Formats: sequence, C-alpha cells, structure tokens
Amino acid sequence: MSTKGKVKGIIANLVVVEADGPVSQNEICFIITGGTKLMAEVIKISGISTYVQVFESTRGVKIDSDVEFAGHLLEVTLGPGLLSKNYDGLQNDLDKMKDVFLKRGEYTHPLDPGKKWSFKPLVRPGDKVEAASWIGEVQENAMPHKIMIPFSLKGNFTIKNIVEAGDYTIEDTIATIVDNESKEIKISMSQKWPVKVPITNFKEKPRPFRLLETGVRTMDTLNPIVEGGTGFIPGPFGAGKTVLQHAISKQAEADIVIVAACGERANEVVEIFTEFPELEDVRTGRKLMERTTIIANTSNMPVAAREASVYTAMTIAEYYRSMGLKVLMLADSTSRWAQALREMSNRLEELPGPDAFPMDLPAVISSFYARAGFVYLNNGETGSITFLGTVSPAGGNLKEPVTESTKKAARCFYALAQQRADSKRYPAVDPIDSYSKYLEYPEFTEFVSNIISENWIDLVNEAKTILQRGKEVYEQINILGDDGVPVDYHITYWKSEIIDFVILQQDAFDKIDQSTPIERQQYMLEHVLNICNSEFSFDSFTEVDSYFKRIINTYKQMNYSDFKSEKFNKFEKELQNIVNERVVAETQISVE
Amino acid sequence: MDTKAFQKIYTKITQITKATCSLRASGIGYDELAVVNGKLAQVVKIIRDTVTLQVFGGTEGIPTNAEVTFLGKSPTIKVSEDLAGRFFNAYGEPIDGGPAIEGEEREIGGPSVNPVRRKQPSELIATGIAGIDLNNTLVSGQKIPFFADPDQPFNQVMAMVALRAKTDKIILGGMGLTNDDYLFYKNVFDNAGTLDRIISFVNTTDNPPVERLLVPDMALTAAEYFAVDKNETVLVLLTDMTLYADALSIVSNRMDQIPSKDSMPGSLYSDLAKIYEKAVQFPEGGSITIIAVTTLSGGDITHAIPDNTGYITEGQLFLRRDSDIGKVIVDPFRSLSRLKQLVIGKKTREDHPQVMNAAVRLYADAANAKTKLENGFDLTDYDQRSLDFAKDYSNKLLAIDVNIDIDEMLTTGWSLFNKHFKPEEVGIKQDLVDKYWPK
Repeated sequence: MSTKGKVKGIIANLVVVEADGPVSQNEICFIITGGTKLMAEVIKISGISTYVQVFESTRGVKIDSDVEFAGHLLEVTLGPGLLSKNYDGLQNDLDKMKDVFLKRGEYTHPLDPGKKWSFKPLVRPGDKVEAASWIGEVQENAMPHKIMIPFSLKGNFTIKNIVEAGDYTIEDTIATIVDNESKEIKISMSQKWPVKVPITNFKEKPRPFRLLETGVRTMDTLNPIVEGGTGFIPGPFGAGKTVLQHAISKQAEADIVIVAACGERANEVVEIFTEFPELEDVRTGRKLMERTTIIANTSNMPVAAREASVYTAMTIAEYYRSMGLKVLMLADSTSRWAQALREMSNRLEELPGPDAFPMDLPAVISSFYARAGFVYLNNGETGSITFLGTVSPAGGNLKEPVTESTKKAARCFYALAQQRADSKRYPAVDPIDSYSKYLEYPEFTEFVSNIISENWIDLVNEAKTILQRGKEVYEQINILGDDGVPVDYHITYWKSEIIDFVILQQDAFDKIDQSTPIERQQYMLEHVLNICNSEFSFDSFTEVDSYFKRIINTYKQMNYSDFKSEKFNKFEKELQNIVNERVVAETQISVE
Repeated sequence: MDTKAFQKIYTKITQITKATCSLRASGIGYDELAVVNGKLAQVVKIIRDTVTLQVFGGTEGIPTNAEVTFLGKSPTIKVSEDLAGRFFNAYGEPIDGGPAIEGEEREIGGPSVNPVRRKQPSELIATGIAGIDLNNTLVSGQKIPFFADPDQPFNQVMAMVALRAKTDKIILGGMGLTNDDYLFYKNVFDNAGTLDRIISFVNTTDNPPVERLLVPDMALTAAEYFAVDKNETVLVLLTDMTLYADALSIVSNRMDQIPSKDSMPGSLYSDLAKIYEKAVQFPEGGSITIIAVTTLSGGDITHAIPDNTGYITEGQLFLRRDSDIGKVIVDPFRSLSRLKQLVIGKKTREDHPQVMNAAVRLYADAANAKTKLENGFDLTDYDQRSLDFAKDYSNKLLAIDVNIDIDEMLTTGWSLFNKHFKPEEVGIKQDLVDKYWPK
C-alpha cells in the first residue's frame, strides 16, 4: 500500500504534509483538492512533517486535504515521439491541452500511445545486451531513433525473443530479455527515468575536442565551442542573449536541439513555436522543428516546475546522446532556475548564502553542467550534449552568485557587454573578456588544423592580440586626445575596428550574414588579417578615420553578399583598390 | 463586505503586525478572502490551525477581539460590457458614484495562457512619437515599461500613447497614484471623448498601500474578459509598478521572510512576471498590451525592481531631458523594444531597420565626440558633423513632441544623413542607399 498523508500547512507553493508511512526525499506526491490532483515533490523531511513543493497554484488547498505519495521520483517518459513536441517543465504535452488557459491539475501524456512506429530489430534472440544497448530502430521524423534496453536495468541480459520488423506502438512489447537468474523482463519502446539522476550508460567521457560550428563568427572564429562542450552567456537585459541563443539553435551543426525556456518570456517561446516549423534545416532540407524539442516553462508558470524544467530537458538530451547523436541543449535562463531554488529555500527558512541564494547553489550548478559532455558509448559509437546556458545577472553585475558559480562550471564564457549593445555592436559578445578554454586543448588544436588550416589557432590568437592592442590604444587616445598620440596609434585602433566590424559583428536578421560557414569565416579572417598586417601611410590622423570607414563599409557589403558571388567579388575588388590607395608598397600582400 | 448568516464568526486574533494578523480557524482554503473588523483580508499562510491574513486596508485599529469571517472564495471581479467607462477602487467597487456592476463573477489572478495557444505578436501600435515608432516600435501583445525618474513626464507620455493607439479598450491600473495624477488621467480621457472605452482601477496615495496588490490583477482580469470573450484589443496601463513592488516587500517583511537584493522578496521576479506575462496576442484577434511605469531612484536601473522588470518585459523606454535642445527625448541608447523586429521592415518600409540602426550608431559617435569636447580635446571634422547631426536628430525625431507617421520619420532620417554625412559614413546596405539617399 502506498503512503498517504494530510496537509498540515500552506505557505504559497510550500505545503507541509503529515504522512502515515515511509516517504523519500524528492518523491512525487499528489495533493487532492476539490477533485483535482496537484503534483508536488518532497524537498525536506523533518520529524513528522514532510515539506513538499507544489508544481501548481495552491489556491483553495485546505488543512487536512488528502495527499497520495506516488512512490517514485519526478520522471520523464522516453521513447519515439519526443521530437517536435512542446512540453511544460513536467513534460506535459502542451498541444494536448485544449483550453486557452492552463488548467490546474491537468496532466497530459508526453508521447502518443496510439501511434504506430515502423520498428526494425537490430539484435537477434541469444544476443547479449545490457542497459542502453540498441535493440531496434524506428524512424522519428527521418531521424534514426534507437530503441534501447531501459537504463535502469542492472547487469547482463540475453534476448529471448524480439518481434519482426513491423508497426508497433510504444506500449507494445517488442522484446523479452532474461537475466542471469532466468527472470524474464518485457521491453517496450518507451521507458521512464528520474530527471535528477544522470544517465551514465556509456563507456568513457573524454575531453571534448571537435569544433561545433554555429555560424556565429564571434564564437566559431574567436572563442569556439566544441561538441560536448559547455558554455554560458551572461549579460544584462537588452544585450541580446536570447537573439544569440536563437541564432545558435537555428544554425548549429547538431542532430537534435533541446530548448529549455526556463522562466523567460512567453512571447520568446512563441517565436520558436512560430519560426521553427517554418525554418528549413540547411543540412537535411527538412524543417528545424522536426529535430527540436521545446521545454517551455515561462516566467508566469509555476516556480517549482521551472526548477524541474532544466532537468527534464537534460534527461531528454541524455536519452538522445545514448543513441549516438549530437545534441545541442540550450537553457534560457539558468538564473531563473537559481531564483526558483532561492524562492523555495526562502520558504523553507534555510539560512541563506550570498544574495539570499541557497548555500549549495554552486554545487547544484556544477553538477548540472557536468551532465553535458562528449561520450564513447558501450558499442564504440560517440554521442554528445553541448550545453549553452544564459545567465541574467542582477543589475548586469557579473560578480553575483549565479554568474560566479557558473563561471566555475562552464568552459566557454561569452560575456555580453552593455556598452557594445548600446552602440548596437551585435552580437554584443565582448571579445576581450570572453574566452573558450577549448582553444588551449591540444586535441582541439589538432582537430582544427585538420579541418580548417595548420595555422588556424595562430591566426585566431593574432586577431585577439590586435583587438586587445586596439582597446589599449583607444584608451590612450581618449586620455591624450586625437593629436596627442602618433598617427600609428590611430591606424592600430582602426585595424582592430576592422576585425570588430567585419568578423565580430553580425546581422542576425540578414539572410546571408546571419550564418557564416567555417570556410567563409576562414577566408574572411585571413583576408582581414592580411590588411591588418599591411602598413599604411597617412600624413595626419584626420585622414585615418574616413579611410578605414570606407574599408569597413566595403567589407560589410561583402558580408551581405553570397560568398564568392559576382557581387561579393565586385566588392572585394573595390576593397583592393581602396587598400592600394594607401598601402605601403613593400608590405602589400595580395588579398586575392 | 456583507457577511452571510451561516458563516462562522471568529473573535480571537492571536497576533497582529502592521500588515497581517493571525488567528485559529479551521476549514480555510489558501488564498481565501476574509473580513477582519470590516476590512478585507486574504489568507497568506496556514500552519495547522493558525491562519495568517494579509489585511489590505492595514491593521490600524484592529482589536484582538475583532470579528473575522471567511468568505470561502479568493478575490473576484464581476465582468461585463458595463465595465466600460467606469472608475473602480482596488477591490473593484465603483468610485464614480455609479451603480455596482452586474455580470459574471471571476477570480482574479487566474491561470496563465498555455504558450501554444498564443500567437506571435505582429500588429504595430503607432504612437506618432518617433523615439518610439522609429527606434522602439511597439507591437500588440507586448509588455513594456517606462523607466523614469519621478520628475519626468511619464504619465503625460503614457496618456498620449494610450489615446493615439488604436485599441478597443484602455484599462488603467493606478497604484499609489497621487490624487493630482488620477485627476490628470480622468481629465485627459474625458477631454478626448474616449471615456466609454476606458476602465480604471485606482489606488491613490490616500489609500492603504497593501491594497495596491489587488490592482494589477483586477485590471488584467477585466482585460482578459475583453480580449478572450470579446476578441477585443486591450491596452493596459500600469503605473507605478515600483510602488506595487514596495507593497510586496512590506508584506513579505511583516511575514518575516528573508529579503534578497534591495530588501525585496526573493519571489519578486515571479511576482512581477505573473502580471506582465498577461500580455498576449490571441489567434482570434484579441490582445492585451501592457505599458507600465517603473519609477527609478536617480536613474539607477540596477535596483532590484527595474532590474527584474527589465528581464521580464519586452524592452523598456527611457525618457531623458536633452540639455542641447531643451526637450524631453526618448533615449535611443537605453530604450529598446524587443518585439520591433516582428514589424519593422515588414509592416513598415524596408529601409526601417537600417535607418534606425545607422542613426543610433551615428548618435553614439556624437556622444563620443561630446566626451572628447568635455575633456578639452580638438574635434575632427567628422566629430563636429556628428554633433550637428545629433542635435537635429534629437529635435526632429527623438523629442516626445514629434507626431508624424513612420514613412515621414524615415524620410527625415535620410535627409539628416544627407545633410551631415557621406553615404559611406552611414554604413547602410548599398541597395537601400541607391534607392533612398536624397539625390
């Protein structure tokens, strides 16, 4: 018999329950009020009192309302049909809810139980299998979706029988396996997994090293992220976090995209709902939505479910990684998740840490980031989860607990600068403060020298040096005045501006400029560096500004043209002519 | 509030603070309303048989033997077409001398709209103010606040926006409005002859501060009635949200909650989001657009209230007095409308995005030149020209007294570029320069 209980206290979404039997930490329970069941999770047990956080509004809940404990943790259902779905933080299928307004206590099936999938077995009776072994395959939106032995099973098993290729629902038994004691276990195409427990059925998790192309130049060229890498984007509001994240989700070279809209604006989620089904995935020619799952827990949806939403998203990502796929997971914003933790900690009257956040916040964040990564599966295949989270620092101050904790956990840091956003230099990623630790990985250096060029990392570092130098010189010009510094200073500054305008800045709303393949990025970086390495002669600083503005303007026209098209070549010629006006002959390097 | 015969009356209050009181009672639901000594209150905490009530009117004069009755429901409002043209207090009671509203009784602060049942906003709201229409275009279903110091004319600008915007209903939620400002709004709406499409819920500074907590939910529940049931476009004006947040902190403080940044409750983000996220565009045509005011202290936007607001709303509008032209302008640097991308260049002329960006970039150059000037450095010819441009730009486009349509704003933009710059200095796509640069 399962444990039951009675409500003994209510403070907003924190409810105190007295249970009549054993309960476990993080166990799910349901509070019955006026015929509706409200889902809740145990977050603290103290003496006879069990504290639960309710995933819904507690309006009208009364003392002595009945509580039923479910005997399991918060789980998600995994199986074919996850893609193209719009879930809330608890994996309810939002499209199955017919009302305009969310109804309290309405829970919907995350998958489609009646739908038949065309199953193809990958194993034969007698084959040895273990948890996460691939035993079959279905086509999910033209993506091979592996059917796996449930992750929760421990030990070795033998396939006793498996169905023929054919159409089955996710609830049909498709195989029977036996363990060492000849106990039979029936396998279907779906399984459940508790979201707060990482799925670790893989052989090895090496350091990630493969470049993940995003088409965003300031990332790919300057501070690249890798398959299975982690990164975060902190920035004050209005700095363009969400626009940048959407650009990455549309363009990145991933098989599967999981978007966790965590405590953010509903209209931003609607933008994804509206655009993704229309946007074409350039690599497959199919719609972007077909390889995307959205977990939407917007800021007005219940707070406790917001905390759950990032875990729900990560678990789905881990499920697809186990199939040997490249998964990109985005969470916007992890600060809202941290705030959800703070609200609960506050109601539990725990002693607060900095800014009233719970003391274990750094640990919670780092163990979450640790779930991403590149893995070798037990069958030798590879899979990855690349995780990018945004952080919304209070007051734009990067010295606040969520940013600092995340900085310790994530390997790439894309700092969005208010100053850049104010002067409309988008994406507002600060080229000097931001970093990618992967540039220091020898395995990454080797990888890019094979796919891009031998000296790629050197070029990237050169560009960074020019940007750094430009910033220093700019400060000096500001202190000493335009004519208080040598003309060379102006030239150095403007060379860094070329890199800023041509490489770093990118128009996310222009069809051509919004995404730049790595081949084009290489071409442009080499092109720009050639100019930066040339010497120019000017009589006075007054000529410098307007000259380089012409160069930048012509470069921008190139960025707006199709790569190597007639138009592109025309602007490139024009640029060469401008360069020839001023370049000192012996340093001139042909840019063609 | 009337009490009903069968209700149990409690008469033993065990604890009273400035905003709350506690008593022993049973069978009470969370969020339920009660009447304490004739004052309306709401359940905010129940621990076993001890119920804590937040008293909206303040606890002044409440004795320990006060009569307490529970109403068995959370706060409600009666909705019908009759709401139009009326003024109400925070409880939804008429304050204009008119009769009580007959209609369907609805709980305020109801559930959120299912995100998949929303439509992407796409209807432009024109205001005639170029600082808004050109640089920070508003879209129906958007939520956007004015960030302004108390001395700035935000109420005037907001009233102007409300009247020029073509919406079916305008709902004013006034929180801590001074009586003068309340009369200002009443006057403006009266004079415009639009009173029949305006509904007001007003808590003035004369009323107890905790009452304010009801105002946004009242206004938005009425808005949802018109937007969902009647498919109307509704504009909700909320002023001043800073005073709303202050009321939240009073209550959380009285309940001994641990404050987070700037003594605000840890749940401030969620509390504000619940209000602002009521802004929505429905597929059937109805919409709720929210324009709010968040007053700042000394322009500080890092304070918890504007900071959390900025993360929730779809942009913000900053007003600033430009000393060069002696007028109030919509600051192009700090202002932002996040939804403008959905309409500019689509519902407006194709050159809109580029003209907007180029002008702001040149205005930034002027700001740099100004810094140089202030530091005593010589200006280049370009610096001088950008300063001249900035002055023209402020006067002809950014000032809040501008009232022209968007095409005219764009034409003005091009003519200012032409007057002060060469095409390559403006950095606009060549195709557009060819087409629009004044010959």
